[in-house]
Amino acid sequence: MLQIPLWKQLTILLVCVLGLALALPNAFYSRAERHNDAVTALERGALSTPELEADLAAWPDFLPSSVVNLGLDLRGGAHLLAEVQLGDVYASRIDGYWPEVRDALRDAGYQVRRQDGRDDQLVVLVRPQLDDGALAAVRALAQPIVSLSGVGQNDIEVTGEGDILTVTLSEAERAATDQRTMDQSLEIIRRRVDEAGTREPTIQRQGSDRILIQVPGIGSAQELKELIGTTAKLTFHAVDGQTFDGTQRVDSDQLLYPSMDEDGLFYILERTPVVTGDDLVDSQPAFDQNGRPAVTFRFNPAGARLFGIYTSENIGALFAIVLDGEVVTAPRIQSAITGGSGQITGNFNIEEANQLSILLRAGALPAEMVFLEERTVGPELGQDSIDAGKIASLVAMAAVVVFMILSYGLFGTFATIALGINVALLFGVLSLIGGTLTLPGIAGIVLTIGMAVDANVLVFERIREELRTAKGPARAISLGYERALSAIVDANITTFIVAVILFTLGSGPVRGFAVTLGIGILTSVFTAIFVTRLLIVFWFERRRPKKIEV
Amino acid sequence: MRMRLVPDQTNWDFMRWRHYTFGASVVAVIASLIIWLSVGLNFGIDFLGGTTIRTESTQSVDVGAYRDALTPLGLGDVSITEVFDPTFGPDENVAQIRIQAQDGAESVTPETITAVEAALQVLDPSITFPSIESVGPKVSGELITTALLAVSASLIAILFYIWLRFEWQFSVGAIAALIHDVILTIGIFSLLQIRFELATIAALLTIIGYSINDTVVIFDRLRENLIKFKKTPLIDVMNISVNETLSRTLMTSGTTLIALIALLVLGGDVIRGFVFAILWGVIVGTYSSVYVAKNIVLMLGVDRDPKKPSDAGTQFADIDA
Repeated sequence: MLQIPLWKQLTILLVCVLGLALALPNAFYSRAERHNDAVTALERGALSTPELEADLAAWPDFLPSSVVNLGLDLRGGAHLLAEVQLGDVYASRIDGYWPEVRDALRDAGYQVRRQDGRDDQLVVLVRPQLDDGALAAVRALAQPIVSLSGVGQNDIEVTGEGDILTVTLSEAERAATDQRTMDQSLEIIRRRVDEAGTREPTIQRQGSDRILIQVPGIGSAQELKELIGTTAKLTFHAVDGQTFDGTQRVDSDQLLYPSMDEDGLFYILERTPVVTGDDLVDSQPAFDQNGRPAVTFRFNPAGARLFGIYTSENIGALFAIVLDGEVVTAPRIQSAITGGSGQITGNFNIEEANQLSILLRAGALPAEMVFLEERTVGPELGQDSIDAGKIASLVAMAAVVVFMILSYGLFGTFATIALGINVALLFGVLSLIGGTLTLPGIAGIVLTIGMAVDANVLVFERIREELRTAKGPARAISLGYERALSAIVDANITTFIVAVILFTLGSGPVRGFAVTLGIGILTSVFTAIFVTRLLIVFWFERRRPKKIEV
Repeated sequence: MRMRLVPDQTNWDFMRWRHYTFGASVVAVIASLIIWLSVGLNFGIDFLGGTTIRTESTQSVDVGAYRDALTPLGLGDVSITEVFDPTFGPDENVAQIRIQAQDGAESVTPETITAVEAALQVLDPSITFPSIESVGPKVSGELITTALLAVSASLIAILFYIWLRFEWQFSVGAIAALIHDVILTIGIFSLLQIRFELATIAALLTIIGYSINDTVVIFDRLRENLIKFKKTPLIDVMNISVNETLSRTLMTSGTTLIALIALLVLGGDVIRGFVFAILWGVIVGTYSSVYVAKNIVLMLGVDRDPKKPSDAGTQFADIDA
């Protein structure tokens, strides 16, 4: 009855060995990490250098090398929660309809004037009167939506009331636009963060309009915000005039933008840009002929053609390069630029030129972002927390071991070995699933150390009780395990439920805690039910004691 | 010789004190509620919105001077506390500055942070800022909702699980014990004005997890004994069950407390509030398993119809390791 089938014994041992092997790299954290970094670098096509080779040799290839990710609170870095202003995009979508709507109505013989309205609405005053013909003319402009959810729906809804015709983006169109905006924003943020060369960033969509960005090792949240928060919308406009009056009224097809270099100088620009940053294919920091920092850019063929035509027709005229609502520079067109590349010189230093080229390469964000949450943790604070957590864990472990051995003697030793395997398994599983260890997560491990012995205690106490009724040691051990099982299972399932809820609803450090708590429950039940039992069975079969003391 | 926390065979009449302990629990819960409602919790920025800045300097912290430096900035409610910890070296002087959410700002204002940093650097050039955290009012509102949701969802899930595995009286008793633990923890946080943050919610849920663990072990034994001693009055069966599981209860609480105390003393100040909450919860949870959960089961009574086939305690027993 104490026998465990051989295949079960082997499986248990195999799991333990596997867990230990997976946990091993964590004991040599920096070496394994250097090895992993070198592997990644080589995969990305870096040339093999002696340093890389040395890093690669820091950890043997045949062993598992993944380590537990350290959370921001342990490694240091920045955390941002950004909200994408989806409404911005509705406005530009609806603006895009205006010329079409205007032309359609004019062609049908109506007079139209655009009125102010909500961001996602186009409000038009129609003369001499708004009738079914006008509505039909506008409705004819609607396009069916091509998306998974919005099949069979049109992109706009047209309604009329009195003389006012209203074009609204349809529900399905808004959903499709939101999806596009979020995808685009995520992609651009990812590119910008990658370009800046930081390691293992987390860029995740949260809910309908939020993006969570975590970048370990970056100096501050402020730095990160500058990198990803800039819209970097680059446009090229024809210049209609210059003024020093910032309040001057301009026509509805014109813009009044301030100069970046000269305080108080404003440019009057044509609203419709000649070319936009969307047509850019490359941008690099450079120096101009006077040695000042500059940014070069290159257009795609379509952009190059437009740019070429425009410059050849407007030699001698001013031409403005606008970045996020500011005129970076407004040079005079000396000659037709047909090659599709050029250079921006403005009032910026080398670092800014570098930053600007990164932003231009990565592309413009479709909408603005508002930051709802930002956290910066310095690397020293993180290291302090790791050190404190390490010491606390070791002390906790030592104390629990002494306590267990004093209370249960040899069986306490078995439980101690199982506890060691338990912690190793916990780290092994964390490394395997790429879990993140946070400061509350360390607390979770310490708590697991304290609670992990619970299942063993339940069994040992039960064995003691069964021994009192004098059934013989083998029977007592076997009964102890059997009878303690329901308590162990019920108690741990309820705790596990809590861990799952914490994981589902929590975020960041709390989620890290839930992960360690949940895995800790699984590994501690495994070690208590299987590993300790296996140890006891091995010992029992070898010694065959007539009497045992628990 | 083995160390024994309790003698092998105890026969203490735990349930004799049930009126006093239950009364004490009721008083403690009411007192906690009163303190909570009158004094209020010391919410951290996770729930209130605002900014906390941790400063570290080789010079000693002068809270008054810090305050004088920040007052001209007109930031509204600013709280400055010096942080002490046995793990700090002699050159580590740490303070925590908390700034309320600025009016009308949906998101955080970097200008505020820059201004605060500049003002403090004038005062103390060696000052550094190891961590800066800002939470906008929009997010903090949602965090409160999520936190409440998490606690309620856990309670409901446990209610159902215990109901499924035991009987409804047990599940009511278990939930009453859990609510007791949660309210007492909130009470002590209000009383001592320990900062209540997102991690504290995680601590509350851990307390729920630990306390239910303890309660279930005793319930499991009770379920078993109810079958074994069919004629014995419920109250006596309860006493037997508590006595039988006493050694285990104290061992587990003991090892957990040892681990937590190590973490409380050596784990650094950042998670001290978190660890304290769990430590408190382990003590309260152990107590409530015996005196709240079982008291309620005793009051509600258990259906002990002998004709009804009982599956109690046997469901997992045939699993062979």
